[in-house]
Amino acid sequence: MIRYLIPLVLFAGLVVFLAIGLGRNPHEVPSPLINKPAPAFQLAQLKDPSKSFSAEEMRGKVWLLNVWASWCISCRDEHPLLLEYARAGAVPIYGLNYRDKREDALSWLSELGDPYVLSASDLDARVGMDYGVYGAPESYLIDRNGVIRFKQIGPITPEVWEKTILPMAKELNK
Amino acid sequence: MRLPQIKPLLLLLILLASAATSAVAQDAQPLAEDPILEERVMAVSKELRCLVCQNETLADSRADLAVDLRNEIREQMKAGKSDKEVLAFVTARYGDFVLYRPPIRPTTYLLWFGPFVLLLGALIFLFRYVRQRRDLIVDSPLTPTERRRAEDLLQADPGETSA
Repeated sequence: MIRYLIPLVLFAGLVVFLAIGLGRNPHEVPSPLINKPAPAFQLAQLKDPSKSFSAEEMRGKVWLLNVWASWCISCRDEHPLLLEYARAGAVPIYGLNYRDKREDALSWLSELGDPYVLSASDLDARVGMDYGVYGAPESYLIDRNGVIRFKQIGPITPEVWEKTILPMAKELNK
Repeated sequence: MRLPQIKPLLLLLILLASAATSAVAQDAQPLAEDPILEERVMAVSKELRCLVCQNETLADSRADLAVDLRNEIREQMKAGKSDKEVLAFVTARYGDFVLYRPPIRPTTYLLWFGPFVLLLGALIFLFRYVRQRRDLIVDSPLTPTERRRAEDLLQADPGETSA
């Protein structure tokens, strides 16, 4: 009897592994930057290029860096949520305008609303490379010491916001 | 007398051939000013996965990110960095996943050695199975009557047995 059960058990094991493997999103590649200092940068601000913005300025604050672009379709999906979360004001949201054209980015913001405290222009995507960005939108939750604590690849969902980002931000703000 | 006639045709062919090759050359990505450097860039790019289209190498991909990363690799190599340092730069940002040949470390032992463990297991199973079967074969010598019948059959005229 056991003889005949062995293949069944092996098959069941295979099914479990395949189910786990297929259930994963292959585009979500774990970032090696989690729990590492956020790469330093100094970029011109989108709205006023004469002013600059650096990650260093954010020391002492818990903040969210959201990578977005006007050509990015998922960013459009994410946008209303960001506006809502920005209004709630639990976590300040800063934008990294990634691989975009300034005029396009500005008209995108004026058309859809601007959830960002400010956006930094990463037009040539150099900072994006340092942050390991490979597809917008991506969001980084950065703590008071400038350490990346969480990265969301793809649009933030209400679930991720409620269950992960908000509780983490509260904990980090303590 | 024939030669002058052939010459223009030949010239035309050569021109066409060179036009074709130059068209192909323009199609290729950034033209190399330094072929040896370019070879290194491509060799390293082939080791890396493009994260935008994950089934392509960085060398094959036309995604913006891949183009940027190739340029970055080229710049760093120009600045005198070794292949290893360049790979370290990319993996520090994008993780080990971008490497087509993952490094051997405790978390990847199963990946690297798992197949050999499976092979070993299969060999042990096969060995034991074959031995078990050998034990099942009982050696049964022929009785004298059987032996005589066999000899008769072997020596019999083929025409006779078929009849």
